[in-house]
Amino acid sequence: MAKHTPLYDEHVKLGGRMVDFADWEMPVQYTGVIDEHKAVRSAAGLFDVSHMGQIEICGKDAEAYVQYLTTNDAKKIIDGKAQYSILCNERGTVVDDVIVYRFTNERYILVVNASNVEKDFNWIKEHERGEIEINDISDSYALIAFQGPKSISILQEFTDIDLDSIETYNFREGMLADKANCIIAKTGYTGEEGVEIFSQPADAPAIWQTLLERGMPQGVRPAGLGARDTLRLEMKYSLYGHEIDDETTPLEAGLSWVVKLDTTDDFIGKQALIEFKEKGATRKLVGFKMIDKGIPRQGYPIITNDKANGIVTSGTMSPSLGEAIGIGFVPKDNGKIGMEFSIDIRGRSRKAEVVKTPFYKLK
Amino acid sequence: MNIPDDLKYTKEHEWVKLEGDTATIGVTHHAQGQLGDIVYVELPTEGEEISKEDTFGSLESVKAVSDCFAPLSGKVIEINNVLSENPETINEDCYEEGWIVKIELSDKSELEELMSDEQYKAFVAEESA
Repeated sequence: MAKHTPLYDEHVKLGGRMVDFADWEMPVQYTGVIDEHKAVRSAAGLFDVSHMGQIEICGKDAEAYVQYLTTNDAKKIIDGKAQYSILCNERGTVVDDVIVYRFTNERYILVVNASNVEKDFNWIKEHERGEIEINDISDSYALIAFQGPKSISILQEFTDIDLDSIETYNFREGMLADKANCIIAKTGYTGEEGVEIFSQPADAPAIWQTLLERGMPQGVRPAGLGARDTLRLEMKYSLYGHEIDDETTPLEAGLSWVVKLDTTDDFIGKQALIEFKEKGATRKLVGFKMIDKGIPRQGYPIITNDKANGIVTSGTMSPSLGEAIGIGFVPKDNGKIGMEFSIDIRGRSRKAEVVKTPFYKLK
Repeated sequence: MNIPDDLKYTKEHEWVKLEGDTATIGVTHHAQGQLGDIVYVELPTEGEEISKEDTFGSLESVKAVSDCFAPLSGKVIEINNVLSENPETINEDCYEEGWIVKIELSDKSELEELMSDEQYKAFVAEESA
């Protein structure tokens, strides 16, 4: 039986097409992926991302443990700041990608992928060290992403928190639309300016309705998982199960910026990643555009030098660009901007070209 | 549900319009709704012989690819070139401007296996239940 988020009734009311996603019944689209995608780029979109997991790490040794658990330098973040990071296993491959929110040095919340909540929780439990407490608090919060150029001005009407003073990847706790105990974070997965709003589950429908009602006349739309995927793809953001998984190191997936090998602190997978770096990656994650017709999709082989030696990890028709775009792994020497290769699209060889990413340049 | 009564239908949610020996084929309103925004259409080439149940092309939405299965056997005599540049025509007008191919039938007895509008209506209702 698929689970329902606190916003399930809102999706049904809005005519959302519900699909199973990681054991949740979620809206893949309301009016259409392209419409919703464009609404986010031109105005703003409201996304229900309550299916994502929250794992809380508390206690005297919380900071040290988060540092040990994640590849980024967690000691760099201060209270009220968030950080994109990776959980790696001992082989240096990816357990999950997460956002770490630091409330104090004794309380952190990790926001994790819906499909990985149980795996991550067990992983974090198994590696427990020091004086800490670990809780899966996924059911304690609803999570709404409000993303797009008009999101901040609309949201500002409903909160006393000065949103302009919150920098990217920072968050603040407070009242929103008369609901207490909300967390407003300047984080997101679309590339646009925007926030992610944590609220009490029971308060989520009122917040959703308030923002949608005020936003609709300005072009704001509810947006489903379909648009969430095309928006992140245009930014070349990784998605677990596509660009990264437990067979991929963050170093080959273009995520070395969140892997800090030169700190004195150890983290799980650090030794393996140091060795991986010394040997050098044999493949590279690149963004490409189709030259020939066709749309690349996950799993299609990439052919260089007459050999199928690469693979597409994600692909779509970009709603913003009107061009077929994709992300994929190619041999290290075939990944320079402008290089061409072929993609085996259901038995037909179609030419593509490595391009600069993000695919979409923000306005 | 938009299901015209002058067409025949398949379980793959395609419609067939018969004029003499020529069958025009497209996808139903229900099918285009399920697919969502169609952004790319792979068409067969004119003159190609296709057999019933063969894949003769594909429709792609932003998220996924769907094969088109031939409801009847025959020779492709015309393809809808409008779809190459404007695949969304299928979403906008699936029964008229959004037709996909025309084939010259090689075995008219296959027509008997197609569903009437009433049968198709019942089929969709059952499938969605």
